Parts: sequence; structure tokens; C-alpha cells
Amino acid sequence: METKIYTLKEAVGLFVHPGDRVVMGAALESLIPFAVGYEMVRQGIGDLTLIGPISDMLFDVLIGAGAVARVEAAWVGNVMMGSGYNFRRAVERGEPRPLEVVDHTNFTIQTGLKAASQGLPYLPTRTALGSSLLERNPGLVPTRCPFTGEPLVAVRAIEPDVAVLHVQRADARGNAHAWGNLGVTQEAAFAADRVIVVAEEIVPPWVIASDPNRTLIPGFRVSAVVEARWGSHPSPCQGYTNRDHGFYREYHRASRTREGFEAWLDEWVTGLADHTEYVERLRAAGRLEALAVRDHAYTVAADFGY
Amino acid sequence: MAAYTPGELMIARAAREIGDRELVFVGMRLPLLAFLLARSTHAPQAVGLFENGVLRDSPTPDPLITMSDPPNLRGARMCMGMELAMGLLQAGRVDLGFIGGAEIDRYGNLNTTEVGPDGAVIRLPGSGGACDIACMARRLVIVMKHERRRFVERVRYVTSPGHGTGRTWREAAGIPGGGPAAVITDKCVFTFHPRTREMVVASVHPGVDPDEVRALTGWPVVIPDPVPRTPEPGPEDLAVIRRYDPDGFWSR
Repeated sequence: METKIYTLKEAVGLFVHPGDRVVMGAALESLIPFAVGYEMVRQGIGDLTLIGPISDMLFDVLIGAGAVARVEAAWVGNVMMGSGYNFRRAVERGEPRPLEVVDHTNFTIQTGLKAASQGLPYLPTRTALGSSLLERNPGLVPTRCPFTGEPLVAVRAIEPDVAVLHVQRADARGNAHAWGNLGVTQEAAFAADRVIVVAEEIVPPWVIASDPNRTLIPGFRVSAVVEARWGSHPSPCQGYTNRDHGFYREYHRASRTREGFEAWLDEWVTGLADHTEYVERLRAAGRLEALAVRDHAYTVAADFGY
Repeated sequence: MAAYTPGELMIARAAREIGDRELVFVGMRLPLLAFLLARSTHAPQAVGLFENGVLRDSPTPDPLITMSDPPNLRGARMCMGMELAMGLLQAGRVDLGFIGGAEIDRYGNLNTTEVGPDGAVIRLPGSGGACDIACMARRLVIVMKHERRRFVERVRYVTSPGHGTGRTWREAAGIPGGGPAAVITDKCVFTFHPRTREMVVASVHPGVDPDEVRALTGWPVVIPDPVPRTPEPGPEDLAVIRRYDPDGFWSR
């Protein structure tokens, strides 16, 4: 059987290049591929354009690490705490490097990715009319409906090089199951040239085929599959990992100063060899027990028989 | 001393904006608690929609910090993608949307992108779904802290359009939703003048001096005389709020 299984290190090294346009965090506050983001920092992959609807902490980490030239997003910060200090320092003071920001709304990110996934140059929407976003983002252009003459906004296609998706389970060929709130995950997956799937578990192909409505993306669109238990930490992964609220709080406090952020980055990213050491550090700090699922809630099986 | 916090009063007041059977684009923080309160009291058939794609018509089994926390998915009626959630909004099927803001002006335009005095820039997180909700919800309610630096004559960046420059500005711009109907702060409740669309005080919270509202608002604000007072949250309201925010993370 053809397999697309790689280690985290291999997948990032092979499929994420300096200067790439990368979508991460497409499901919003859950299923954020932190393990891949951290590995991109370890490998020093820079000049990235990060694309996403909202980014809960991960974009702020990458910006602080100096890996990002440009952000195309609706929201960058720390959802439970507010501002992202690295994002602020980069925009306000060019520290550690200047950052270009292309402001979107959640819906214009969705619409732009949808256009790319459909092979279209743009799609229309009614959002953002009357907002200042239209003056600053050249990818949002006021237009009119050719049939009714109504005011609309044309959203230019957003074409990522890479989409990084954290999912619950996938088979060795990249056929992936994900569940819960998916945000713009499917649009991102079908819009990108390359897709890296990070799964909590690698399962036999029959598991995926048993429930095709749950398949997020077919394997032929996937470049690499990585098995990484706890790979979404500190974001939640329904059925596997609860949200580590304390981690977001501690990051917010630590990253208030540049020095504090550098110490945090060394402790949790650059000072660790890989995701395995990261998980070991979480385990040693006694965090994993609290994050594991205590109260399982399985779906009722659907019958695909005939 | 009042037996409730300003946050709890804001949540209770915001909950009254939710009608039974309404489809509500919920958002986070105080509005999420307002939705849970309305569902538990006068609006048991209200349906909540979140931009991450979650739709639910029952309270969550445990408290939430973000809309994507696992308890918000457990027992949800539907987990769709953002496209369908925003599609409901765009098609005019969402009755009410809640958002917050860093800076607001007299016509209810909101800025969550950048603030700061001339030249200086303090970068804020951005729109998220706020602009979408402000543009396309049939009715918009804004919940935010009342500070002089936040209530300005004119926002420097319109992240989420309110009533623009007033009167028929929204209609002329082709913005589909009804725009802001109320602004709930920790000092008072504003509504919008039906013709000019300017923000006017509808009620001042118990114990708050109307002069304080004037001092904290960056334009000559209209306050009725005698001053109507915002109703206090009842014991049932407080019990529900404290059940869903046991540590007072949002409401204190």
C-alpha cells in the first residue's frame, strides 16, 4: 500500500518552504496544528505568509520567532486573553521584523479560500460593505451584481501553498476524518497546493471508509500524514484533548515583553528537540492528565449497509 | 453594596434582547453568557449559532472559555462549516447578533483594528467575525466597557460598520442588516434615534450618576430627564450566570 506517513520533522522539511503561503488554524479555536508551527520555528523556515480566519496564539508565536513576513487574517491574538503581544510589537515597532498585515473578516477569508478551492478568481459577498477594510485590502473590491445592480464585495481568491490540518484520525494515504467545528478547514484543504495532515491516530483504511461522510479530505489531495498525539496542544481536539486554558494564560503573561517571549520560546520550542520532548515536558509538568478526555461520548453508528 | 457585578447586570440586560425562537449569532464573552441566560429563562427555544460552525439549542454541559471548547460541541444540534453559518447571516436569517468593541462612535461604528493618538498605532486583533455580524445580522447589539477613550466622536478605522454617518447611510451603502439597535455598557444602555441613527441613552444603570455617562462619552450625549434606570438582575438571573461562569472569568 502506498503510504504518505512522515515524521513531523520530515513533513515540515519536505513540504513547507521559506516564503510559502501557509494556512493554519482553519477550524478556529480548536484543531490548531501547534506541533507543526513549532517545528517550522525549529527548522528556521522564514518569510512565511500566514493565512487564517482567527489565530488563537499560534500566529503570535511564529511572528515572535521571526518566521513571518505577512499575515492575511481576520484576527490575530489570544482568544481568552486578548491581544497578541508579538503581533503588536511587529506591527507597531517592526520587532523582531516588520510585518505586513492584510486585514480580512472571517467570512472574507472563507470566501477567498472557497474561490481558490473552486478554481475561481473571486467570489462575491455582502459582508465588509461600508468598512475600512475595503480601503486597505486590495483583495476586497466593491462591485455590483451584474443581474440586479446590488452593491457587493468581490473577494479575490486566496491561494495557499500549504494547508496544515490537525485531525482526529487518518489512514496512511491521507484520507482524514475530522469532527467538531471545522470553520474553513475544508475550503483550506481544497484550496492549497500541498496539504499536511496531522492526526492524533493513524487508523486502517477501513475505519475511514466505514464513515465517508466524516471524511474531510481524500488522500489524493494530501502530501504528508503525520501521527502526533497531543499535536494540537494547547488547542482542543474533540474526543482526544481538552483545551489547556492555563497554557494560553501563561503564554500571554510571558510574551508581554520580548525577553519573556524569548524565554518562553526556548522553554517550549527551540530548546526542545521535537514534539516528543514537548509532550514529555507537558507530562512532567503534570498537565496531560487534566487534558485527557474523562467523559467519552461516542456517536451512534450509522448503517452504510444495503 | 449591590449584590451583583456590573458584568452580571450587562449580561442580564443583554439577555433581554433575545426573543424566544430567535436565531442568535452568539459571539463570546458576555454575549455567550447572555445567550445561556436567555435560553434558561424567557427564551427556551432560542437557537445559538457560532461562526466556527456550531449550532446549538440547549445550554452547554460545562462552562466555556471559547466557542470551540469541547463542551460547546457536545450535544450541539449541528456542526457545520463557517460557510453555512455565515450563509445564514448573509441570507438575512439571523435575527440578532452580538459583538463587542474596543472603540465606538456616536453612530455605532466599531473599531477593533487599530487605535492610538495621532500618528501612533496600537494594533488590535482585528475583525474576526465582527464585521460580518455587524453588516449582516437583522439586529445588532453591542456589549462593551464604557470608557472615555473607547467612546469617541468618530472612529479612525471602521472595522464593523454601524450607522456610518447616520440617517440612511446603511441603505445607501447597500449594507443588508439592520445595524446596531442597542449598546450595553457597564454604565448605561444606548439605543439609536430612529431618524438620525445617533446613539442616545435609553437607561442608566442603578447607582450610576448620569453626569458620569456624559463624562465618559466623547460627544454631547442625549440623556432623558427623568433618567430611566436599567432593571437589576434578579436572583434567578444571577444563579444562571454564576452556574455558567463559576469563577467569574467573564462576569466579574
